[in-house]
Amino acid sequence: MARAAATLAPEKGTSLWADAWRRLKRNRLALGGAVLLGLVAVVCFVVPVVLGLDSETTDPANSFHPPDAHYPFGTDNVGRDYLARVLVGGQTSLLIGVAATLASVLIGVFYGSLAGYYGGKVDEVMMRIVDFLYAIPYMFLVILITLQFSKEARGNPLPIFFALGMVQWLTMARIVRGEVLTLKNREFVLAARTVGAGDLRIIFRHILPNILGVVVVYATLTVPAVIILESFLSFLGLGVKLSWGVLVSEGVGVVNPIESHAWLLLLPSLFLALTLFSLNFLGDGLRDALDPRTRR
Amino acid sequence: MRLSSFQGLLLTLAAIGGVFLLVGMPPIQAGFIVLGLALLALPAWFSAPVVRVVGGALLAAVLYLFLRLPLPPALAIVLAAAVGFAAWCYVPPRILRRVCVLVPSMVLLVYVTSLLMYSAPGSPFAQEKAASDQVIAAKRAAWGVPESPTEFFKIYMTRVLEDFDFGPSLTVQGRSVMDLLGPAFPVSMSLGLTALVLACAIGLTLGIRAGLRPNSFADYSSMGLAVIGISLPNFVIGALLLMVFALSLGWLPVAGWGTYSHLLLPALTLALPYAAYIARLSRAGTIEVMQQDFIRTARAKGLSEREIVFKHALKGAILPVVSFLGPAAAGIMTGSFVVETLFGIPGMGHWFVKGAINRDYSVVLGTAIIYFSIVIAFNLLVDMAYAWLDPRVREDL
Repeated sequence: MARAAATLAPEKGTSLWADAWRRLKRNRLALGGAVLLGLVAVVCFVVPVVLGLDSETTDPANSFHPPDAHYPFGTDNVGRDYLARVLVGGQTSLLIGVAATLASVLIGVFYGSLAGYYGGKVDEVMMRIVDFLYAIPYMFLVILITLQFSKEARGNPLPIFFALGMVQWLTMARIVRGEVLTLKNREFVLAARTVGAGDLRIIFRHILPNILGVVVVYATLTVPAVIILESFLSFLGLGVKLSWGVLVSEGVGVVNPIESHAWLLLLPSLFLALTLFSLNFLGDGLRDALDPRTRR
Repeated sequence: MRLSSFQGLLLTLAAIGGVFLLVGMPPIQAGFIVLGLALLALPAWFSAPVVRVVGGALLAAVLYLFLRLPLPPALAIVLAAAVGFAAWCYVPPRILRRVCVLVPSMVLLVYVTSLLMYSAPGSPFAQEKAASDQVIAAKRAAWGVPESPTEFFKIYMTRVLEDFDFGPSLTVQGRSVMDLLGPAFPVSMSLGLTALVLACAIGLTLGIRAGLRPNSFADYSSMGLAVIGISLPNFVIGALLLMVFALSLGWLPVAGWGTYSHLLLPALTLALPYAAYIARLSRAGTIEVMQQDFIRTARAKGLSEREIVFKHALKGAILPVVSFLGPAAAGIMTGSFVVETLFGIPGMGHWFVKGAINRDYSVVLGTAIIYFSIVIAFNLLVDMAYAWLDPRVREDL
């Protein structure tokens, strides 16, 4: 592929990113995922502001109001506008997904690149610790970390970012370490060393840019994992005040054979599912685009 | 600056300890954790003979702890020593090295969990009506829950090691942790194992079917299903299954435990995300295997397609799946927290979540130990299965 491009335009080689972008553009599912994701994000963050929706005002006279023109998504058990709740809840879910992923990328890249670069026993020790944390079911750690915050603090998303970031970095660290291990003996690293670059400079200026692709791909796939984890926590009553997970778990609570308020379960589930679908498609597409070796 | 490996270890540990001290952890606790991590790392330096001796000894010691309760002490010692000796002779060093790491990591897990439970706000004795300090002090003494987590850790470990007793529950009156978890353990295990078997059965069928004919309808439909399975949180799947099969059709019970029909929906809910993942892995594995030369050879010598798939391709196709089974088992265990809550199943996940919320230290520690042991045991099994399937790994086992 690269050689063909070179013969067509010999004066200008294509960079990894340009190549990747070209491949990504051909992947309809991934592009569709990206568009859908953008759409969901815009709707969640812009619509409540523009329409002045309020997710907390109760209207007990109109509780369990089915969806109609006035309440497009209906109302919940105390008559709160469900459209507002789904969208505002979406803000929290998306923010937690992105923030916890960023935290896990920062920790994971730092830890993994140090372990991979120094190698040998340092690597062995650092990876042993990762193995140890891996063997503990992650939910368990998340719950124990979430407990560290008082009930009032637990309503806000910050503790959840922290707890989820603390468990999600493990896989990132492993992946980065593996990549660094294969790169650190390459000629360009040797070249950097011969001109006197220090270890940290080599890691962050020379090696990291080369593994950015893998990191981006894995981060895209971490976001849905984090959103799912957050919804688990909310389902167990340990999460934030309002997110898709909270809404779904409340929805599960009110669905019963006599009076099925199915929209309370289906609408937040739909938004959650759409977001997770598009993130997964986008992540898979990015992986195929950035790492053609794994393309099938 | 080039570091020797041992300097590297010291530096790593010092850095970790420094971080702990910086965030305000008392020096004793930070020291304890760093010591635990050092023990965890130490076996990396052991040569094969040392690993054999230490691993065999540790194995014998652990076995002795278990055997001592039902058997007379002398017999227990002899039996444990015999097994330790056998391990020294026959068990491959790679497995023994694992054992050397596992024992300290179990102790470290108990310590870290106690620390985390203690540092969480609230206490197991906090009640709506404020009790006097003397009452709380008396309760703490009676249940063996002193103010300091390190003291608690000592009491807890002594109790476990001496009598194999996980202590009384701190919030459920008059019941011990064993009373609570004893009946819950088989419930969670049967749910988890059913889910694992279902995940493998569904995942392998879909994945291999897709992998044999890439880019066909079978492929797209299976992989479409897999994306749904991966993308939806399992309690959403569970709730939808409940709505359809339990509420609308009325075929299966909504919640509860006791018969096989109670098992089906929760096990399916728990299995689907993993089935999806297994389907993807086995699809990739199948595609790769089918392009190998030995498959061409098998075709050339006139084997039927069925024989090629089941005798030759299958083994290669399930290799990536086997290495995923370890993480999958851990995931299914944790997934059961949610599924048990959703379906009202009296399993261990239920007790863990309840214990964590009520600050029932001993229940949380008990479930932690059990979960950790299951995951470890499963990972060991998976390792052995992998070596059996893939001769390339067997060499260095």
